[in-house]
Amino acid sequence: MNFELLLQLIINGLIVGLLYGVVGMCFVLVYKSTQIVNFAQGEFLLVGAWVCWAFLTYFQLPFFLGFILTLCFMAAFGVLLQMIVLRPMIGEPIISVIMVTIGLSIFFQSLTKWIFGVSPQSYPQVFDTQSVAIFGLNIEFAYLMSTVIALLIMVSFFLFFKYSKHGLAMRATAFDQQVAQSLGISVKQVFAMSWGIAATVSATAGVVIGMVNGVSDSLSSIGIKVFPAVILGGLDSIVGAIVGGVVIGVLENVAEFFDSQYLHIGNMYDIAPFYVLLIILWFKPYGLFGTRDIERI
Amino acid sequence: MTQAVQLKPESPILSINNIEVVYDDVIQVLRGVSIDVPQGEIVTLLGPNGAGKSTTLKAISGLLKTENGEVSRGDIHFMGERIDTQNASDVVRSGLFQVMEGRRIIEDMSVIENLKLGAYTRHDGQVNQDIEMVFNYFPRLKERTGLAGYLSGGEQQMLAIGRALMARPKMICLDEPSMGLSPLLVKEVFGIIEKINREQGITMLLVEQNANYALKAANYGYIMESGKIVLDGSKAQLLNNEDVKEFYLGGGNETRKSFKNLKSYKRRKRWL
Repeated sequence: MNFELLLQLIINGLIVGLLYGVVGMCFVLVYKSTQIVNFAQGEFLLVGAWVCWAFLTYFQLPFFLGFILTLCFMAAFGVLLQMIVLRPMIGEPIISVIMVTIGLSIFFQSLTKWIFGVSPQSYPQVFDTQSVAIFGLNIEFAYLMSTVIALLIMVSFFLFFKYSKHGLAMRATAFDQQVAQSLGISVKQVFAMSWGIAATVSATAGVVIGMVNGVSDSLSSIGIKVFPAVILGGLDSIVGAIVGGVVIGVLENVAEFFDSQYLHIGNMYDIAPFYVLLIILWFKPYGLFGTRDIERI
Repeated sequence: MTQAVQLKPESPILSINNIEVVYDDVIQVLRGVSIDVPQGEIVTLLGPNGAGKSTTLKAISGLLKTENGEVSRGDIHFMGERIDTQNASDVVRSGLFQVMEGRRIIEDMSVIENLKLGAYTRHDGQVNQDIEMVFNYFPRLKERTGLAGYLSGGEQQMLAIGRALMARPKMICLDEPSMGLSPLLVKEVFGIIEKINREQGITMLLVEQNANYALKAANYGYIMESGKIVLDGSKAQLLNNEDVKEFYLGGGNETRKSFKNLKSYKRRKRWL
């Protein structure tokens, strides 16, 4: 048994899993505050990564400037998307809203293909060092950065929801919209804000993954990978999303290891999380949409 | 605000003018309700279940729209501004705060977080000061550090009132603060309501089923039945009214009323 490879894969899994956790947090944020299952979550990563790529290559901006501009763009993108497309859907059946997000997902996938082409593009070199050795393991520097960024995002999420006025308002809205309104909170504002935050934070994850793997269509598949993560985590728990993300990240890498070493079925990396999703849904058939069945104790 | 300054001192801070409320476009709940609440006083709105008391409060606070209801006729003015067309968050910003029925605190937050949420509409740096002020009124809240969902019913009611105070409102509408509380706690909560009214000068509109306590605390009262105001008067007038005594306070005439008289009361009410 190749322990070194296994260890390397587990560490990769942890790193990628943290990014899944970040995207999962955004998913949960939107679900909790607006009760919308956002199938276009992955496209936030895609659009963000492409926009940042365009800033860096077309406009030749330095990385940090381009990155910050991307975040501003994505915040506006998320807010406008909510205001223009999803606000009129308030009060419509949940299935209609989900169809709209699926439509958005297809729309933005096609749009990015139309604007940026179908071939994957790589980011210009951002960091001087390619990889660093920690305990004899090769870890890509960008991955290391991504871990730092992911942890930073998680800490700022925690602080935002614990101490800031708007964070508290979002939690209140998630708990009971009518009460939130009676306190003077504008629910519309909270909805827009949650989409803006989800788009911005997801775009960060998109840029980080894009820096390592290049920007391509496959970024949007992260949005699908996040499903098993958040379902595992309990759909409306932000901590659960992080735990679920890490578990799925490690799981797919370990599955890949056993597949390449022993099973030789192929493509376990992509499939294993969905087996887990199937098994979870087997035991919790209403896990996905049955909000009433989810009881946080 | 400029309009508010021009108001004559005797004009009420809140005036409800002949409103009708319809839910889902077809179900009429209020049929021409008019209520005046003078500045700085406690006014109570009494009545049995389903009379429309809570609906009246929701019409005032704008929460009606969240339940697919609307004020279909009449208007509501608060400090000279029309508020029945505004949405709930704007009403709070104009200084009118509703403490909803059943307390409705945010259960998965701490006491302090709930209080901070009450100050959501404010933009000054004195929130911590006001939290201390709330703890002065409700000392027992200060000791509770866990989630608000674990507080007892009385403590939750105190938290709900404290949360309202955090908004520094000009007026608070209280929907059944005595609901589900032991008699001793009801007494305590009403005592604090009167104290707040006295010390902070906050006008109160008190919806209650516990007529005894409500009338003792209030300066003026309205009695509502099936969507209409059937009787109104000062505290003394209502406390001495034979019908109110019999139907809301218990006791009343020494001689037990016969069915015939009961019917006459019902008939009389219709004309009021």
